[in-house]
Amino acid sequence: MTGSILFMLIIVLGGIAWFFGRVKASRFSADNKKRGAVHSLPNYHGWYVALWAIGPALLFLMIWNMASPALITDAALTSPAAEQLPQDPFARGAILAEARSIASGQQVQAFNPLSQSMVEPYRTAISYYRTLGMVAALLLVFACGAFGWLKLKPELRARTKIERVTMLLLLFASLIATITTIGIFVSLIFESARFFSMVSPIDFLFGTEWNPKAVAGPRGETGFGAIPLFWGTVFIGAIIAMIVAIPLGLMSAIYLTQYAPPNFRAWMKPILEVLAGVPTVVYGYFAALTVAPALRDFAVSIGISGASSESALAAGVVMGIMIIPFVSSMADDSIAAVPSAMRDGSLAMGATKSETIKKVLIPAALPGVVGGVLLAVSRAIGETMIVVMAAGLAANMTANPFSSVTTVTTQIVKLLTGDQEFDSPKTLAAFALGLVLFIVTLLLNLIALRVVKKYREAYE
Amino acid sequence: MTELLDSTSPSESPIMTETTASAISAGDGPLKMTTRNVDVFYGEKQAIKDVSIDVTMDNVTAFIGPSGCGKSTFLRCLNRMNDTIPIARVTGDITLEGEDIYAPKMDVVQLRARVGMVFQKPNPFPKSIYDNIAYGPRIHGLASSKDELDNIVETSLQRAGLWGEVQDRLQDSGTALSGGQQQRLCIARAIAVDPEVILMDEPCSALDPIATAKIEELIHELRGKYAIVIVTHNMQQAARVSQRTAFFHLGTLVEYGVTSDIFTNPTEEKTRDYITGRYG
Repeated sequence: MTGSILFMLIIVLGGIAWFFGRVKASRFSADNKKRGAVHSLPNYHGWYVALWAIGPALLFLMIWNMASPALITDAALTSPAAEQLPQDPFARGAILAEARSIASGQQVQAFNPLSQSMVEPYRTAISYYRTLGMVAALLLVFACGAFGWLKLKPELRARTKIERVTMLLLLFASLIATITTIGIFVSLIFESARFFSMVSPIDFLFGTEWNPKAVAGPRGETGFGAIPLFWGTVFIGAIIAMIVAIPLGLMSAIYLTQYAPPNFRAWMKPILEVLAGVPTVVYGYFAALTVAPALRDFAVSIGISGASSESALAAGVVMGIMIIPFVSSMADDSIAAVPSAMRDGSLAMGATKSETIKKVLIPAALPGVVGGVLLAVSRAIGETMIVVMAAGLAANMTANPFSSVTTVTTQIVKLLTGDQEFDSPKTLAAFALGLVLFIVTLLLNLIALRVVKKYREAYE
Repeated sequence: MTELLDSTSPSESPIMTETTASAISAGDGPLKMTTRNVDVFYGEKQAIKDVSIDVTMDNVTAFIGPSGCGKSTFLRCLNRMNDTIPIARVTGDITLEGEDIYAPKMDVVQLRARVGMVFQKPNPFPKSIYDNIAYGPRIHGLASSKDELDNIVETSLQRAGLWGEVQDRLQDSGTALSGGQQQRLCIARAIAVDPEVILMDEPCSALDPIATAKIEELIHELRGKYAIVIVTHNMQQAARVSQRTAFFHLGTLVEYGVTSDIFTNPTEEKTRDYITGRYG
């Protein structure tokens, strides 16, 4: 019997438990007609028994699945065949892993003859522990189900208990996202710590030469100075992209909220939002194949030296266009949230429409707009595809928008593509870069959300 | 109200107005604004039917009537605030000092500087008290120096009876004031551009009784300096602050006359029903 059949069996037994609980509760409900004598409806009693039947058994299986591999290995090692195994932990581990995957049917042929000899003990141990777990789980279903069933009585507050279980289930669901975030953060920290044990954090954060090598150079230089990367990221994501996105986004939001006729707005706004749904890889080749060559030719024609076919400007401009919907929709929301009384007040003073927008609406909507811009920046500096395709790989410290620069995300991609050892500083540097990026975007998001929230409160 | 009832037996009531459609000049004082045969449409729906009212300089004119009777809509015609509603259409003649305010050559920016407005809910801008008052003078270029602007701000706040309360905190946000203070700030803001007419759209409906009393007192003080038109759903308020009252019902002007007459001797049955509380 496999795990999934066992799982379904437990669920079916839970259904039966539900039925028995309900029958018992219906019976004593029928006997106690007085209002309030039976606390909960029979249905809740049914669920109460069902949860008792299923819950502990599933919990046990979860723990068992985590604990049993270690028990199985221990059991297999007590077999006579285990005495021939080498003492070297690395070789030993490889053989055991191979034997295990053959025994559980994931692999057919042994590479190492020693593994073949371990297959049989493994097979025995696996089936022993599997049967043990199954029997224990089914026993738990019956025992706990019976316990729940026996506890049913008219005054049992089954409804309250089911409510609590529902709440816990929802809490669990909401925790998953949070826990994932924390998990990612923690793993980034661990890998980064390994990196920083090889490369000094000061060299990394303040070094200006990015040329990662697996082995340190003659003067101990490692080429892990990330400043050019940070500069490239800021230059493309926070400067060029925002120079494009902020004015265009803001102006389109103003037009859409203040000037556009309602039917124009009705189809213009969805189109603008579609822009946010275009896969970034499409923007990427648009930037690399169309915008970048055009910009290079333009730069050459006006005599700018150092123009490259992969330029910060191309990546930044295309990224800015990608970001427009973010800025525009946040600005749109904040301008629309300014009470119309404010606008009327200004118009009634004899202000023109544009004076009203400039002097009343924008200042009132500013915090929301700033929040939107910060979110857009955090989106832009984490953006990968466009910069990988259009910004280049050379780590230049330059303010010339026509030359090639590289960004944190591009370098992470470069460091992790291809066959890499997972303990070389070159690979681990990707985690350190990821950590920096994560912290910066997290901070930007926190500040943005706080700003937006504060602003919302001001008008509620 | 019972007093009012006693004195309003139909036989005694003198004819104050001829017809609802005719031009009505209710009493003395130089004419400030005239309206003739004004219709307002929201799309297909007619919100105001054939209203003619004169607003005089020395009197406070009150518009009363049940909710949805069009009194606010009509008020918003007087400074063309209905222009901000795309589907609204106004016909008829409305003049300010003899000039047709709906004429193509009329500059709506100038018009609104001359006809100020105070709204139902206090709507100070999220700026400092000073900047709230200075807003109008700045956009209209009324002050050529900082001193002059300071002067306008002080005078306006004094006229609105707010100077004493805020003179030490002119840089505080206007939205931090209490509701009544905010409304007086809005009145001061309207005064700051030196208008000829001030329109008030239920200025006290969001305020507590004490703040309301202060606003009413302020209206008394401002009377004569500005032609004041006030919309109110509170009949006692109309009786207290106004000298002329117009009663609107379902988009038509039912009756317009001297306030004391309207409240003691209404000509029209509908007016009497309304002020005696039979509906509305």
